[in-house]
Parts: sequence; structure tokens; C-alpha cells
Amino acid sequence: MTAAQEAVVAVTDSLRRSIALLNIALLFIFSSAQADVLPDERIDVMYHSYNGGGTQIDGPAVLVRKNFGNSISVSGQYYVDSISGASIDVVAARGVDVESGASPYAEKRKQKDLGLIYLRDRTTINLGYSTSKENDFDSTTYSFSISQTFFGDLTTVSLNTSFGEDFISRNDDPTFEEQEAERRRYSINISQILTKNLIAALSVESAVDEGYLQNPYRTIRYCVDNDGDNSICSGSSLPAKEKYPNTHNSDAVGIRAIYYLPYRAAIRADYREFSDSWGIEASNYELRYTHPYKDWLFEFKYRAYEQTAADFYSDLFPYVDYQNFMGRDKELSPLTTTTFGLGVTYQLPTGVIPWFDKSTVNLYWDHIKLDYKDFRNVLVHQNRAPGDDPIPFGQEPLYQFDANVIRFFWSFWY
Amino acid sequence: MIPSPKAVRGLLLLGLLCLSACGRVEPWVKPYERQNIADPLMSFDRDPISSAYLHHVYDAREAARGGDGGAGGGCGCN
Repeated sequence: MTAAQEAVVAVTDSLRRSIALLNIALLFIFSSAQADVLPDERIDVMYHSYNGGGTQIDGPAVLVRKNFGNSISVSGQYYVDSISGASIDVVAARGVDVESGASPYAEKRKQKDLGLIYLRDRTTINLGYSTSKENDFDSTTYSFSISQTFFGDLTTVSLNTSFGEDFISRNDDPTFEEQEAERRRYSINISQILTKNLIAALSVESAVDEGYLQNPYRTIRYCVDNDGDNSICSGSSLPAKEKYPNTHNSDAVGIRAIYYLPYRAAIRADYREFSDSWGIEASNYELRYTHPYKDWLFEFKYRAYEQTAADFYSDLFPYVDYQNFMGRDKELSPLTTTTFGLGVTYQLPTGVIPWFDKSTVNLYWDHIKLDYKDFRNVLVHQNRAPGDDPIPFGQEPLYQFDANVIRFFWSFWY
Repeated sequence: MIPSPKAVRGLLLLGLLCLSACGRVEPWVKPYERQNIADPLMSFDRDPISSAYLHHVYDAREAARGGDGGAGGGCGCN
């Protein structure tokens, strides 16, 4: 055996012994830590309803999760939105008389989601696939995330990414050429057990959208006599198509925490800051109190949200080609939303519904008040009674409405 | 150049020490002290079907998106 061959054998031998030692150490390290567990196997059946601003959206949703062994979990969701009525944007753009229902507006959106979780020790890999279909909008999203627990399972870090593709058309205009948009999201979530009664989480998320990002139905309005000054027209106004930028980047940072009170109840606080490349800055906070009583669980919630306007937003443009990008989407205007929420859960006695270990019935009601700070209610013109003084264009009352959101669902654990 | 067996063993032992150090970080909340944390009340997402729906409602009515602890997917359907 040559000297070189002897050296190779010695190195190989050394490597083998060291790897054996490493395996023993890893065994010690990992056996001292509790492995993570898969989510609960459960079936959820929900009826959801949103009613506000002239629009009623409701429908069913079903979510099923099944585990295979200790490392694979599969979930599937089917979700339907049945949309009826018409929001102020649709009414203003199409001249539909919502109150009389003269031109009924109805459509459906169907969403399907598939999820796969692979768990190994303290690492979880999550794959997701989602499709959403309407008669004028198709969307597909693929997502991937990996998470790992550290420090005796006190810390969980997850990295998430998703890619989505949208295809947009118009159901009232066959000459409208189908448009596309791509959506990418990147986020990191860190959740941390801080004390035996306090858990907190931090989320940082960036989104990048490219393509056709506007709503093909929505319009801006501009002064017909090119005489707009301080967003008031001396004459009347006309609609024109919106023009949005083809890119939209945004960043959001959210922090939330839940504290277990000295008696069995919990208080939760959430805060989020948001900014985007369109000039919108937003923040919201939420407080939630959850209180169990015997087989019941009660939840009380308050949430406040505010945002500034997009740079290219105006309620009323002075003339038709006032600037490169123009939008009058009310979601781009400065606005606040305030939500009060109540929820109640009842856990059915074991055995009432056979085959299931645990079953609950849940009812949640959220009342959302939406106040637009620079989006005016143009419907006052068409709703004006004969004899009333005309309201100058640009001086209509600010738009606001209340929405009620209902979630009624049954959950079964097995 | 073939590294000496000593160098290989040294490098592996160094890695081993690092891993052992990571594994020995003492959790300040012991596993037997986590009964409150394990209570379903302390879950950020107690009922995923319900919270995903409410996120969708907010996404449709507000410009802000993300940063709320979701998986970063979204159907882009608002």
C-alpha cells in the first residue's frame, strides 16, 4: 500500500468514526426535543354571507383534512361565492337600478384548494394549489412553505412563497381581449413562546404583481367641460376607463400576540403596517377576547383599519387625460373600516354525533363600518327627487356603508 | 491535497460541538409548563376555514394585504 493509499484509508476511517460519533450526538440532540405534530384531522362545513353596499355574497365552504401516518397530512377545500345585487361601482358604471332590481346582477365564484403537509422531526414542508373560477376571471396559485421549530419548540420559523396567475375578461364585452396578471408573494413568519402564558408572532410579507391589475368594469369620472378645479365641476362629469400601472409591489409587517389570563380566557392583540409602490400606506389593529364557559366559547372583537390614497386616485379628474395613471376604485381611496365582532361556539356532548371525537357548532357575526374619505356617492344624481336642487359634481356626500358578515359552521374532529 | 485525518476529525468535532451547543439551548418555558400555551384558546388560527374567509373579506375591501400570518397564498380573486 502506497503512502497516498494509506492516507486515504486513514481519512476514510476517520470520517466513518466521526460520522458515527455525529450520529450519536444528533440522536441525543433530537431525542431530547419533542417532534412537531400534524394538524388535527377534521371536517368543517360552513355557510358564509356578506351583505353590504348593495351586494349580497354568500355560499357554502367545506374543508377536509386527513392525516396519513405521522408525517403526511392532506387537505382539500371547496368554496363558493354566489354574488347578487350590485356595488356602487357597478351601478355607477352600468346605470343599474339596484333598489328596484330592474337589472339583476348575479354571478358565481368557485374556489378549490389542495394542501399537502410533510412533517419530519421538527421540519414541516407545505405545498398548496388553489384555483378560483368566475365567468370573467380565472386564477391559479401555487404555494410552498417550509417551517422549523427551534430551542425546545419555543420558536417556529417559516418561509413561504407563492406564485399566482390571473386571466381577466369581461362578461358583457366579447371584444375585450383577455388580459393576464402574475402575482408573487414572499413571507417569513416567526412565532415565539415568550412565557408560559404568552405567545407572539411576527410576519413580514412582500408581494409583487405584474400585468393587468385593474378591474375592467370600473371607471373614473372627469369634468366634461375640462373645467375641474379643486375636484369640483361647474358642469357635469363623464366616465372613462381606469388606467393602472402594470406593476404593484407591497410590503407588510404584522405582529400579534395572545395572552392567557389568570383564569381560563385569552386576550389577543394584532397590529399591521402596510405600504406599497402606489403610494398607499395602511395600518390596522385588532383586540380580541375569548372566554369559555362550560361547553360554550364566546369571542368579542374590535378592529380598526385606515389607509391613505393611491397616488393616481381621484374621485373626480379635471379632464379626461389628466395623467398617465388614473383610478377611482374606492379601495384605492383614503378610507377607514371599523369592525365589531361576536362569536359563539358550542361543543356538542361526545357521542351525540357518532364517528366523531368532538363536534362544535359555531356562529360568528362581524359588523363592518366602511367610511370613504374621498369617494363620493354619485348615486345621489340618479336618486334625486324631482324638484330638488341639483348637487354640483364633486360635492356629493362622501360614500359610506355598513356590512354584515356571517360565518356559521360545523366542525367535526375524528 | 488530501487533508490529514487529524484535520478531518477536528473539523467534524467542531461541527459536532456547534450542533450540541444548539441542541442544549435551555427552553425557558419547560414542556411541563406549556398546558396554557397548548390550550386551543392560544391558537392563532383556531378554525382555518373561518379565518381564511374573513381575510378574504378584508382583502376585497381594503388595499392592504399580507403580514397577517397567512401562508402567503391568496386566490387573487378580490
